[in-house]
Amino acid sequence: MSSKKKKKLTPTQQKYQVFAKEREPKRPVVKNSIRAFIAGGLICTFGQGLQWMYIRYFNFTEKTAGDPTVATLIIISVLLTGLGVYDHIAQWAGAGTAVPVTGFANTIASASIEHRSEGYVLGVGGNMFKLAGSVIAFGVFSAFVVALIKITIKSLGGV
Amino acid sequence: MDKFIWAFLVGGTICVIGQILMDVFRLTPAHTMSALVVTGAILGGLGLYEPLAEFAGAGATVPISSFGNALVKGALAEAERNGIVGVLTGIFEITSAGVSSAIIFGFFASLIFKPKG
Repeated sequence: MSSKKKKKLTPTQQKYQVFAKEREPKRPVVKNSIRAFIAGGLICTFGQGLQWMYIRYFNFTEKTAGDPTVATLIIISVLLTGLGVYDHIAQWAGAGTAVPVTGFANTIASASIEHRSEGYVLGVGGNMFKLAGSVIAFGVFSAFVVALIKITIKSLGGV
Repeated sequence: MDKFIWAFLVGGTICVIGQILMDVFRLTPAHTMSALVVTGAILGGLGLYEPLAEFAGAGATVPISSFGNALVKGALAEAERNGIVGVLTGIFEITSAGVSSAIIFGFFASLIFKPKG
């Protein structure tokens, strides 16, 4: 909690915040990290296997194989989300399933499935990017800034 | 075979960074993913992400940080060809496959599956 918010609380409330914080269950950081490492590593190894398959059997090159690999991972992750399996894996793996591109697909698929009762236009269409939108918005904005900086440096005769 | 091992190690490490952001710095998954995307974009601008991807293969291209890198790469490549407007037109050039397939299959999923629980 920010210190700004803390100032508004009465002394009793502040005491309670301290009390609650002490009793909050400690997060098992090491255990979670190991799980994230294993799950994330396996997803990436699987992606590497897909990429190898596309290069070897479908005439993709090292550069172009990325697209079908990502698309395949997304299809698998959407299917697992729809079947309700992805949530169980994610509960075990934490960031291991959230950080790879499969987590991005999972947020889109789960948001669109969840809101389908509100109709396809307002529910599915409107809520699809509820969680994934922040990734796209921040990604695009930061990429824009980075690209502009790089072009400016280049045109000034830098690296 | 080396590539598979490096993909596992590098991909796992990026996920551990994400887990630490979530557990130690108490970020929500959305904040974590945004932070990784921005990091990827900055690393891409510094020219550090490409060597990592060449070395670790899918270990660097599958995590969400590669999304940021790909956005920068697309923008710069198009800007090289068409001038400054290319930053706007090229930004989704490489990531189009990922974004559009996520939208399309996500929509399919909403047609097929019913929410659980």
